[in-house]
Amino acid sequence: MRRGWRNAGTWFGAAIVGAAAFCAVFAPLLVPHDPFVQDIPHRLSVPFWMAGSDPQHLLGTDQLGRDYLARLIYGCRISMLVGITVSLTSGIIGITLGVLGGFLGGKIDDAVLFAITTRLSIPVVLVALAVAGLLGSSMTLLVLTLGLLQWDRFAVVSRSTTMQVRNLDFVAAAWCAGCSRLRILAREVLPNIASHLVVVATLEIALAILLEAALSFLGLGVPPPLPSWGLMISEAKDYMFFSPWVIMIPGITLFVLVLGINLLGDGLRDLFGARTQP
Amino acid sequence: MSVLLEVEKLEINFGPTAAVRGASLTVQRGETHCLVGESGCGKSVTALSVMNLLVKNATRRAAKLAFQGEDLLSLSDAGMARLRGNAMAMIFQEPMTSLNPAYTVGSQMTEVLRRHKKASQRAASDRAADLLARVGITAPGMRLGQFPHQLSGGLRQRVMIAMALMCEPQLLIADEPTTALDVTVQAQILRLLANLQRDLGLGLLLITHDLGIVARVATRVSVMYAGEVVESAPTAELFANPKHPYTQGLLRCVPVPGKIRRDQPLGSIPGTVPRIGPAFEGCAFRERCDFADATCAHAVPRHKAGPVHDFLCRLT
Amino acid sequence: MLRFLVRRLIVALLVTATVMVLAFILTRLSGDLAISIAGPNATQADIETVRKAYGLDRPLIVQFFDWAGRAATGDLGDSYFFKTSVSSLLAERMPVTLTLGLTGLLIALLVSLPLGILGAVRENTAFDRLVQIVAVLGQAMPSFWLGLILMIVFGLWLGWLPISGTDSWQSYIMPGVVLAFSAIPALTRLTRAGMIQAISSDYIRTARAKGLTRASILLKHALRNAAIPVVAIAAVQLGFMLGGSIVIEQVFALHGVGFLAWESIQKNDFPVVQSVVLVLAVIYVGLTMLADILNAVLDPRLRSS
Repeated sequence: MRRGWRNAGTWFGAAIVGAAAFCAVFAPLLVPHDPFVQDIPHRLSVPFWMAGSDPQHLLGTDQLGRDYLARLIYGCRISMLVGITVSLTSGIIGITLGVLGGFLGGKIDDAVLFAITTRLSIPVVLVALAVAGLLGSSMTLLVLTLGLLQWDRFAVVSRSTTMQVRNLDFVAAAWCAGCSRLRILAREVLPNIASHLVVVATLEIALAILLEAALSFLGLGVPPPLPSWGLMISEAKDYMFFSPWVIMIPGITLFVLVLGINLLGDGLRDLFGARTQP
Repeated sequence: MSVLLEVEKLEINFGPTAAVRGASLTVQRGETHCLVGESGCGKSVTALSVMNLLVKNATRRAAKLAFQGEDLLSLSDAGMARLRGNAMAMIFQEPMTSLNPAYTVGSQMTEVLRRHKKASQRAASDRAADLLARVGITAPGMRLGQFPHQLSGGLRQRVMIAMALMCEPQLLIADEPTTALDVTVQAQILRLLANLQRDLGLGLLLITHDLGIVARVATRVSVMYAGEVVESAPTAELFANPKHPYTQGLLRCVPVPGKIRRDQPLGSIPGTVPRIGPAFEGCAFRERCDFADATCAHAVPRHKAGPVHDFLCRLT
Repeated sequence: MLRFLVRRLIVALLVTATVMVLAFILTRLSGDLAISIAGPNATQADIETVRKAYGLDRPLIVQFFDWAGRAATGDLGDSYFFKTSVSSLLAERMPVTLTLGLTGLLIALLVSLPLGILGAVRENTAFDRLVQIVAVLGQAMPSFWLGLILMIVFGLWLGWLPISGTDSWQSYIMPGVVLAFSAIPALTRLTRAGMIQAISSDYIRTARAKGLTRASILLKHALRNAAIPVVAIAAVQLGFMLGGSIVIEQVFALHGVGFLAWESIQKNDFPVVQSVVLVLAVIYVGLTMLADILNAVLDPRLRSS
């Protein structure tokens, strides 16, 4: 029965991720209006389920008259983009470190562990904010900063799985057959740890999206006028007591997207029998 | 009352699998009753079900399951808990993992007495130290303050035995207590159990797969095969006059120095233990039996070969 | 045991030293600090004055060791903006952050432990699935958004709790709940997994064979073993909470260390920024050491070497 629940959750997650990917890729074709065009006379119009709504703007408009639905869909694009690029960057760093440490052992492994410990003690949000505050916020900087900070779980999992695989018989067999270290790494180790890392990657995408939202909420993430959901929530904060839907909608989409990715990741983990903790 | 435990036609199922299909045995005060059989025959499960320690998905049925006349089947879990560790106690096969690593030996022993007899910490500690000495542990006072990981396997098993005796039980169930120990330690533990049983007048239900142990300590033996007790007799009589083909086969497998001959192969029973499905009928041993015939596929009669010797076979 | 602790201490010191370097580099990233401090309307002469006044004309290495050396003795320099020592600023703001963190941890434990235990005891039932759903939902929840929702519901609509400031202990409830949300999924899962493993262990079978009460078996015997990793992780989670408090403190206008860091970033107050990063890192390292010590205290097997 537990399997059954997992499956329902996994399918739900896959559906969410699919819908988000679709929105992200086809955003310009889906939106009724340009998300950046301001229309001050029509600012703060209400969504379609409330009285007095404007049929032109299904979800109403924000405080600068920009179409809410358009900003929402573009925000999805930004979240997905940030999530994937950060996960990719941190993945490359983390997997390299973890595999090297796990495979080579000894002093190199000590160094990798030290790097992981140091990274874990650094307050990520604070450092990301400081970087953005000092160097000005931009998408590239955001992705780079988060990518350079979020590699710890990749490193930990790839290290422990590499150590496990390294001790298995088929690696010893390849070693005996005269394979070079690099060959063993590429052909024996990496394929066997790949499933675990895919699971970690999905969870890291979700985490990156949440981080970006938090940073944009504080004003030092994705620079305005780019419609990050975090930024939309922040902008809506001033009106939230009067028009609560303005913070509810992007918050719900953010929550649902992260939930979907997590459920998909959990489902993949069950499927592969992978581990996300060392 | 000299009959401590009565088990009649016990059946245990784990979902669709029938682990025990009709086990009957009795344990008297002062006797050592050995339940012997190979791995998977259901002997451990039988022992666990007497104390109702099986996992949740196990179902248990019996014509009778009584301890000192009191019916155990209808007893609530709370009622059962009052008997466990108190009037009936159990020790297990794996001494290395059977003690809680987070608490001292002393605290694990005293808690039994304090729970059942409302004893004071002082009284319980004294009794624990006494029992540790009784089971042959030196410096018992020091041991009370030690943690399980500081003791060897043999010592841990002695602690388990002492712990089981804290509340002066009448019945002690020992599930393969020496299997996980070194051979030399095995002999010591068996001797200890035999002495304690004699001194305290316990009824001892000893589960084992080792016929050597049976020969050494058992007053009475029940042989189990594929979930059934196929033969039950006093020890000497079982070894002298085994009636069930499985028992005969088992005894043939035991090489006796002086009796075996170099040019003859060691005895063995061909075939393997069958898987018993829900609709199984007849004798479970028939595939491996030299004397099987068509009637063995149907209900098998239980015959008596003596006043306290019975067996489950069509042969007499 | 002692050797293990000494080794951990050495690693901790090395990590602290590395973080010092990183924190220093962090604030020097924007290039010439003197220009940022002097402001947009400064002349070249103003900038030079600033440079000399703040010792920014010295080589970077010298500046680093000067700061590091003083930081080791507790002198974290002076704030450019607040005109007081950074240490006194931190001392003033730290109680708020600590209270917030401890409140969050307390709430998290009060929720996770019972949920994890009950989920394990009722494994694979509807309740267990509910516990897992709660864990999954908690993991997906954006903390700042949750904070805002709670503000609207409990602050505005129901009026039960204050929405900002630190006037009373009630001020810490909503932010504490939001912080707890970040730790509850992990702690619940860990407790549940640990309890499931403990319950199926041989020593629990022995405890049942001894006729102990259900409460005693669950709470005294099983939990005691299952809790060992949970306690250690809880200490680490506290470290994460303290490090990540900046968002919550901003949302609820709590004037703690995170809020201080936020203000300092806005004002380019570099000594404060680099000191906060350092202090938070030191606290985290200290908490991980505490976790190791707790592990050793709780697990007798780790004590004798």
